[in-house]
Amino acid sequence: MDWTAFALSLKLALSTCVVLLPIAVWLARWLAATAGPRKAVTEALVMLPLVLPPTVLGYALLVGLGPNSAAGRLLGALTGGDVLFTFKGLLLASLLVNIPFAVQPLQRAFEAIRPNIREAAWVSGLSSWETFRRIEWPLVWPGAVSALALVFAHTLGEFGVLLMVGGSIPGETQTLSIAIYDRVQGFRNGEAGIMSAALLLFAFVALAVVHLTARRRHV
Amino acid sequence: MSEAAATALRVRITGAGPVTLDLAFEMRRNELIALVGPSGSGKTTVLRTIAGLVPAATGQIHCDGKTWLDSEARVHASPQSRHVGLVFQDYALFPHLSARDTVALAVDAQTPAEKRAGAETWLARVNLDGLGDRRPSQLSGGQQQRVALARALAREPRVLLLDEPFSAVDKMTRDRLKRELAALRTTLACPILMVTHDLDEALALADRIGVLHRGALLQIGTPDDVLLRPRTTTVARLMGQTNIFAGTVAAVASRGVPGRLTWADGTLEIANTGAFAVGAAVTWLIPSDAIVLHRRGRPSQGERENPVTGRIAQITRLGDQTAVTLDLAGNARLNLRLPTHAARRNELEAGAEATVSLLAESLHVIEAVRGT
Repeated sequence: MDWTAFALSLKLALSTCVVLLPIAVWLARWLAATAGPRKAVTEALVMLPLVLPPTVLGYALLVGLGPNSAAGRLLGALTGGDVLFTFKGLLLASLLVNIPFAVQPLQRAFEAIRPNIREAAWVSGLSSWETFRRIEWPLVWPGAVSALALVFAHTLGEFGVLLMVGGSIPGETQTLSIAIYDRVQGFRNGEAGIMSAALLLFAFVALAVVHLTARRRHV
Repeated sequence: MSEAAATALRVRITGAGPVTLDLAFEMRRNELIALVGPSGSGKTTVLRTIAGLVPAATGQIHCDGKTWLDSEARVHASPQSRHVGLVFQDYALFPHLSARDTVALAVDAQTPAEKRAGAETWLARVNLDGLGDRRPSQLSGGQQQRVALARALAREPRVLLLDEPFSAVDKMTRDRLKRELAALRTTLACPILMVTHDLDEALALADRIGVLHRGALLQIGTPDDVLLRPRTTTVARLMGQTNIFAGTVAAVASRGVPGRLTWADGTLEIANTGAFAVGAAVTWLIPSDAIVLHRRGRPSQGERENPVTGRIAQITRLGDQTAVTLDLAGNARLNLRLPTHAARRNELEAGAEATVSLLAESLHVIEAVRGT
């Protein structure tokens, strides 16, 4: 069992959840309240990672974030160091591929709130922030849990993009799913089997715990 | 108290919104105005504009010396700062909050304990004591409406806005809620603006009725004014008047001497001819409850008053009331209502002849016919 890869996978999944949630909440709330062409274009962009082959996205990031590109140099300067083949690159790729998984459930949850509920809160004297905190958030909370569960499980299982952007550097970019691929390539099927079983079990337990928690809180 | 001080709310709305509005009215403290009109006439938009929920609103709204809206001066106070109480048509209760927490949100107090105490007081005011722990899904329609009302009142509003407040509950609950609102308003110091498509509701509760049609306020006045003395034929029809006819002023009424009006079925006496001159082509109305049926074979006093005879075209029993349509000479058609027992006693039936009196006091000349 490769505990280093396991820890890296966990770190990546949790980091993705933490960074993505506020972005997804903001985007989902905006999409739920918007209509017309702007909404359609944004929704298409949000869904794009779902239909693109991971290798296409990975290739785009590889080219777009390399040291020869302006974006790559800017990002490198901002974060202090290279992006590709580091954990930062991995996180960035993970955020991009997970956007649809985070936004979709939240958008549905926001859309389920009738507009006049928000207006009733304003008329009752609640500021926009208080309206979000006391009215909207409690109502979209189960949607956020679904989003986090999906993002978490999906990050644990992500493979193609991560391999393209991060390579397979043990301790830096070699996540559990990449480590399994690595072992199979080296004909170490026993280790690959144990790690696969561990990943399966962990993902299942994580999802089950999250869903059980959500149900108990929501009742 | 001067006239200006008694005016609590001044509203002038023009232009934008889902419906293009063009209207102005003022409200006194303690006054209840009902805005009536068909769906799509802009009633709800008026409420939403006063509450500050229409960002594109143009016009001026002043309340208690404060400017809520002045589109020329680019003043558009936020809904939070206006202190209005708004009861939405579907109540818009917060699904995840108990009645107490819902009302407490609107209470203006420092500590959560004070807010909860305030909420309990308001819940008791709307007869919901003991139900503070319940969520909307655990309350009946009438109870939900009371929670919404308590939330609006807890705001200690400068104006209370009610959007079709009784439309979503059954008739028994509606009657009870109406009685409670009538009682409650005597204890409130703010004007109440109610929107309804139910004329009976407006007539029963309002001090004044505003008739809204395609975004324009056609007439505003006491229930009797708009119902019995409408200024236009459109207002008359919107107020449910069905006996509207063309006629010509034949003699002007003055100082207790009745005037005369000629129409399809001859000449009628009329108590008041308004500002219309002899020869004016006009429309006029007779309210259906000012048409008195002559009892068969037993003439009584007052039957010399504008008697007209026709044939019953249709007779429909509606519970304890019966609707009768009477065909007269000259293609005129009168609609009247009378107690069902009276219809039975007089053996009214389709095809039978009947004579009625049109009460001269209730004949109302609406307007001159244009374009003739």
